Amino acid sequence: MAVVFKKTNMLTDKPFHYCPGCTHGIIHRLVAEVLEELGIGETAIGVAPVGCAVFAYDYFNCDMMEAAHGRAPAVATGIKRVNPDKAVFTYQGDGDLASIGAAEIVHAATRGEKITVIFVNNAIYGMTGGQMAPTTLPGQVTTTSPYGRDTNHCGFPVKVSEMLSTLNGPAYIERVSVHDVPNIKKAKAAIKKAFTLQMEGKGFTLVEVISSCPTNWGKTPKEALEWVKSDMLPAYPLGVYKDITAGGNE
Amino acid sequence: MKGNEAIAEAAIQAGCRFFFGYPITPQNQIPEYMSKRMPQVGGCFLQSESEVAAINMVYGAGGAGARVMTSSSSPGISLKQEGISYIVGAEVPCVIVNMVRGGPGLGSIQPAQSDYYQATRGGGHGDYRMPVLAPGSVQEAVTLTQDAFDLADRYRTPVMVLGDGLIGQMMEPVDMDQAADRQPAADLQPKTWAATGHKATEEAPRAIINSLYIDPVVLEQHCMKLQAKYDAIEAAECRWQEEMLEDAEIVIVAYGTTARIARSAMRKCREKGIKVGMIRPITLWPFPEAAIRATMKTAKKFLCVEMSTGQMIDDVRLAVEGQRPVEFYGRTGGMVPTVGEIVEKLQEMNGPVCAAEDLLGQAEKAFEKAASTAQETFAGISQKIEAKVNDPAFVEKTEALKQKTGELADKAFDGLAKGATLLGELGSKAFDALSTLVSGKKDQNDKEGEN
Repeated sequence: MAVVFKKTNMLTDKPFHYCPGCTHGIIHRLVAEVLEELGIGETAIGVAPVGCAVFAYDYFNCDMMEAAHGRAPAVATGIKRVNPDKAVFTYQGDGDLASIGAAEIVHAATRGEKITVIFVNNAIYGMTGGQMAPTTLPGQVTTTSPYGRDTNHCGFPVKVSEMLSTLNGPAYIERVSVHDVPNIKKAKAAIKKAFTLQMEGKGFTLVEVISSCPTNWGKTPKEALEWVKSDMLPAYPLGVYKDITAGGNE
Repeated sequence: MKGNEAIAEAAIQAGCRFFFGYPITPQNQIPEYMSKRMPQVGGCFLQSESEVAAINMVYGAGGAGARVMTSSSSPGISLKQEGISYIVGAEVPCVIVNMVRGGPGLGSIQPAQSDYYQATRGGGHGDYRMPVLAPGSVQEAVTLTQDAFDLADRYRTPVMVLGDGLIGQMMEPVDMDQAADRQPAADLQPKTWAATGHKATEEAPRAIINSLYIDPVVLEQHCMKLQAKYDAIEAAECRWQEEMLEDAEIVIVAYGTTARIARSAMRKCREKGIKVGMIRPITLWPFPEAAIRATMKTAKKFLCVEMSTGQMIDDVRLAVEGQRPVEFYGRTGGMVPTVGEIVEKLQEMNGPVCAAEDLLGQAEKAFEKAASTAQETFAGISQKIEAKVNDPAFVEKTEALKQKTGELADKAFDGLAKGATLLGELGSKAFDALSTLVSGKKDQNDKEGEN
């Protein structure tokens, strides 16, 4: 019998602990498949965050380091400087990257660290039970914004892709989504491009993946994906924000 | 060489090829020196965006199997505590240099020893200890920095080199030849545990550098494993220096540059016949408690001297187990104690009689000095007067003056004589006039009487 689909070698056999309808499962798979397809997986070194993906070191089948909350880009900097030929990546949520790790991501980007950052943006703190994130939308109800995020009180969401694209260090920044198959395909292509550019030594690459969190959004998995389309995408437009290979972007 | 630069060069000679750090006074020469030297030896210097980022870069590089160092000073070391705890939990080797300055908070940029608690009691969270090496000279800082890398690799632990601020800034002669091209210790194992991006095999599975053990049963086992490591370090790696302990009745405990000042005080006291000795801890953890206990053979009291309000004194008291009094002398906030201050404290501890005797002796000396000064001054004045009196020019002047004075005196005498003569003549005249008046009156009276 012909094999039409096989789980990638770059994922271990450990069952994921993620919630039903969580997009981490899809994103993990895309990253792992890209690493395998590019032939850089066996010698890759990944950095796990603090967040729902804290156990990512159990899922990616390569050397892994667990970082403190927000510090993954700094840890990855240390790893990549020691191993410039290996694929080095971080996998971070929006609390990890855009809140406590805001300094680390900006400086890794501006230094042009040759790492690939997979940024999972679901507008909420998942692991700790649904608190407000820097990426939480105005009016969105969370456990620390029970009346809905009031922009007069605590401001507006941070747009990471837009923000980092103003810097010269990044080589490639794209925002993608995984709420349907066409977008999943685009997301994989973006991740592949990001790792390719890293291995070509072009610079810092980041893919922001708009994700759903049914559990903490208080929605069914299907409703959650609908909400991505209706509310997340208008707030976080998909597209390429920086690409030095496209010409004229430096 | 300046202490900071010597430490940086020592690290490079010990094979350190990665340095991540952030500027903070008084250790900036370390990152500056590294920024110049690392490219020369094919290493990597990176100025991080903060001390937080630096310690995490150290964690990454150390986790990837490299010899790596960072340096900072007290406030920056506070920032690193989270990272240090992660490094300990993940058992990653690295070297952290702290040039201690006055605190708490922004404090001062002057030297202090007020991070002892932070260095030896955490300051990161969780059950752990960390080897802490405290050099007392630039030469010793070179040796200990190099030893730190071996210690770190041997036990898979961060190691702190704790300088008391003075060490980093002072310049002393250093023999760098003996430190040149220092090879890793012979007993060190290859870092098969590191995240080097090696292709995983049965014998060498993929590496996971991690401190998260969500199952408490597993975490307890991990903590016990760390404890066993600390027991081994305590048994094998404790270092200290002993001085004049054979008959010491008062034992000083001091480290770093404070020990040098205390040493001078100790010697001064010995000249006065006070039996002072000293123990200088070189590893603050493991702390030389057994060595301190052993001095109680002769020691009646301990004096802990620190540039703080008293932190190491806790460990001295623990070592002594309440069997001897432990006193404290210290300056803090960046102030440095003087030899005299410590001598005074030691004399006080030695007994009030001795202190009084010594004060008397001091008073005597002061009096003698004053007397001899007075004598000298007086002799000096006499000499001056003699010289003046015998000076021909002066004699001439004096003669001239005498002459003039004599002339004036003669004049005055003549005048006086003339005056006296005149006065005599006037007197006679007056007397005659008076006599005439009196006899005239008498005749009148007689006439009136006869009437």
